[in-house]
Amino acid sequence: MTLLTVNNLNVNLQTASGPARAVRDLNLTLEKGQTLGIVGESGCGKSMTALALMGLLPENATTEGSILLNGENLLEKSERELCTIRGNRMAMIFQEPMTSLNPVHTVGRQVMEPLRLHKRLSKAEAFEQAIRLLDRVGIPNPEERIYNYPHQLSGGQRQRVMIALALSCSPDILIADEPTTALDVTIQDQILELIQTLVAEEGMSLVLISHDLGVIAENTEKVVVMYGGTVVESGSTEQIFSQLTHPYTQGLFAAMPKLGLGRKGRLTTIPGTVPDLVNLPKGCTFTDRCPLATDICRNTPPPRSELGPHHQVLCHHLEQAIEARSRELYT
Amino acid sequence: MSNTASNSFISRCAKSRSFVIGGTITGFLLVCAIVSLFWTPGTVYDIVIKDRFLTPSADHLLGTDQFGRDVLSMLMTGTQNSITVGIVAVSIGLFAGVGLGLLAAARKGWTEELIMRLSDFSFAFPAILSAIMITAILGPGGVNSIIAIGIYNIPVFARLTRGSANAIWAREYVMAARASGKNKLSITLEHVLPNILSIIIVQATIQFALAILAEAALSYLGLGTQPPHPSWGRMLNEAQTLMFLHPMQAVYPGAAIALAVFGLNLLGDGLRDILDPRLSRKR
Amino acid sequence: MTKTVLEVTDLVRHYPLPKESLTAPPRYVYALNGVSFSIEEGKSFGIVGESGCGKSTLARNVMALESTDSGSVKIMGKEVVGLSFNELRPHRQHFQMVFQDPYGSLDPHHTVGRIVAEPLAALGRLSRQEKDERVAEVLTSVGLKATDVSKYPHEFSGGQRQRIAIARALITRPSLIVADEPVSALDVSVQAQVLNLLRDLQDDFGVTYMFISHDLAVVEYLCDEVAVMYLGSIVEKGKTEDLFARPAHPYTRILLDAVPQPAAGKKRDRIRLSGSVTGQTERRVGCAFRDRCPMATDKCAEETPALRQVEDGGHFAACHYSEEMIQRATA
Repeated sequence: MTLLTVNNLNVNLQTASGPARAVRDLNLTLEKGQTLGIVGESGCGKSMTALALMGLLPENATTEGSILLNGENLLEKSERELCTIRGNRMAMIFQEPMTSLNPVHTVGRQVMEPLRLHKRLSKAEAFEQAIRLLDRVGIPNPEERIYNYPHQLSGGQRQRVMIALALSCSPDILIADEPTTALDVTIQDQILELIQTLVAEEGMSLVLISHDLGVIAENTEKVVVMYGGTVVESGSTEQIFSQLTHPYTQGLFAAMPKLGLGRKGRLTTIPGTVPDLVNLPKGCTFTDRCPLATDICRNTPPPRSELGPHHQVLCHHLEQAIEARSRELYT
Repeated sequence: MSNTASNSFISRCAKSRSFVIGGTITGFLLVCAIVSLFWTPGTVYDIVIKDRFLTPSADHLLGTDQFGRDVLSMLMTGTQNSITVGIVAVSIGLFAGVGLGLLAAARKGWTEELIMRLSDFSFAFPAILSAIMITAILGPGGVNSIIAIGIYNIPVFARLTRGSANAIWAREYVMAARASGKNKLSITLEHVLPNILSIIIVQATIQFALAILAEAALSYLGLGTQPPHPSWGRMLNEAQTLMFLHPMQAVYPGAAIALAVFGLNLLGDGLRDILDPRLSRKR
Repeated sequence: MTKTVLEVTDLVRHYPLPKESLTAPPRYVYALNGVSFSIEEGKSFGIVGESGCGKSTLARNVMALESTDSGSVKIMGKEVVGLSFNELRPHRQHFQMVFQDPYGSLDPHHTVGRIVAEPLAALGRLSRQEKDERVAEVLTSVGLKATDVSKYPHEFSGGQRQRIAIARALITRPSLIVADEPVSALDVSVQAQVLNLLRDLQDDFGVTYMFISHDLAVVEYLCDEVAVMYLGSIVEKGKTEDLFARPAHPYTRILLDAVPQPAAGKKRDRIRLSGSVTGQTERRVGCAFRDRCPMATDKCAEETPALRQVEDGGHFAACHYSEEMIQRATA
């Protein structure tokens, strides 16, 4: 059953230097219980996509297209209607667990708040439920920890509290925006494991956003690769990582230091830097950094080609890109 | 700076409404003060008893006071006084306060402790009270009131400077400068001061307004500018006894003080918007 | 014979905590508990560990940016600990630092030329012309244009800013560069550019790196030797190949296992670490890692394991069971 469908989503931001196209022509589908990864570098539009899904875009943003949750278009909802959807049917975890918790309230109070608001539980019921939630996300001694303030918890524990908060109203979709970027590797490992278990047990769908290809590869079934506000490649995680196709995906993978490669060889680099969203080329956003780019790339948006079932690539020079897999695309 | 940068600086100034209005008011007061040095519509120092309490007319646009002096002229000449007090008092506070604040942030330890406790101590006295104390010791008079207000300004700037300077000292570029072997004095001058200057400038405009208020208050109490020099505060004082007979005598200087304070506060607000690097230099 | 550029012996740094009451015994954060290592000329020495393991404290102490409690730091044979700031200044040209945050480490009010020339102050008087020449030269060597001198940091992207920071560290032609997480704030594609630049600079100028990172793949790519730190002590050190192939300390093994792999295919088998870094405010007998160690026995609680050679070729580890770890890795 398709839970979430995003059709031709465009997000434009009004900035001091002109309108920025933060997201353009984005299409996504998410089935119930499915895990979807969005991968890309800073400024690729992945966080804006998450905020658009939650209806939390900044005030200078305008949207086009549609976001259908169970057939209802979220973009047409009023703020009030969105409030009942947020937390209840969709919940989000942010990158910085320190700033997303209120430092002047206890953990317990913050976990109880949505329970009382959305589920209309009594204080005692909410308290019970909060302890259960904290226990569920692996916080030791939840009966004591519930009285702690955020600063008394470690980074990993704060992120666990954030997850407890997100889970409190058993949402259908959990959106995790770089949930482990601020954490150490061993803690990252624990948190991702926790998210995996919870998603499987609660039957939730997961949208996992990360810049780390490793995190995406190990935790999702479907992947969307974004660059310059638009999707350049999408497909199942298996397909993407075994058949890296878009020049950007290939470059991104090659540029990443990987354990076990040792000091032999050199990292491949993609020339240039992440594009400025205010002056994007009309055509493919990767034009300026792509070794295969020709004139057509700059001026015409690339066509969407089906490489396999659900494996789509947006590139003008698909054959060359496929052919380049066996050799170094970047020199 | 390149040309485009200065253009955008001017356009940012023009865009900030409070900067434009505040700047206009402040500019107007400055012009009044300068003009009054050479010319005033009527006499300020001559007492003409027969002309007392004249209603506004072509000769006396705002009428005359109980000694027959031209009110408009007195207001204009009073501007000089207020601006002088503001500039001198703020300068005293600025140089001593910023210096002490920078010293406290750079030296830390007992130096910081001493400077901050001293400023806490002087904060414990209300501004006017400490000014009264100082004028009581040194005797009333224009210069003494300026010194009193200036001394009151020192801890204000010292605290602000130390707070913002401490934040700069924690930055990585200061660490980088230390790693390059720069000593604390050159780091203070090259890195800390330029980065907190905008905050200090904004505070200076606000203190300027407060200094004008304080001077008016001191003069009202008879501790500030002495007769026959006109001062807004003393005009209020003189009008006080005639409050019910000739209310306008109190309204004019009151309005002048309010206008000056309002203008300077707006200017400070506008400057804060313009100079704030978070607004102007978005990453 | 190769020259030793940096020799750190038994470095100790304890930060006093604010006293709880006047009569309470003083409490400390044990940030460094006797760290020793040395780096030879032209080599890269990596230091890895999770947040709070003392790696940044180590960097600041090596750079003589804060006072050291005890121990010795010799740079180019000269003792640095105990020298006053002014005595040290002429020596500073031999060791420079690159910081983590390319936004925070450059003064926004200074031009690039002024920023890069800053360390030259330690060299004493230089003519204007000589200064300009050296700035231009060092900017070109990090891949920037000599005409960039009059620009301000905000006109550059994150990767370019880090190049500026590297240029600043290089301008005195130092023997040692201490780099504290120099690439962790950068996007993957830009990170590869900076890593390659660091390698090239080492080939061209023969600089020695002390490279601090939490990213094991980055350390493997760049470093000849690695030390793993846990709670203020080195728990394992050795040649990168040896240490990564045959970790002799359980903590190293767990760190390596926790790195997510960007590859198609299913989950790896691995040891997961439970708990998070415990406090550094108490000193205890026994192995500091024993609470989280899957292999811990009674011996670990009674006897503090010393850092000892466990394999030929300078492979050291501080664990009672290193031989078993190595055996398991080779099997």
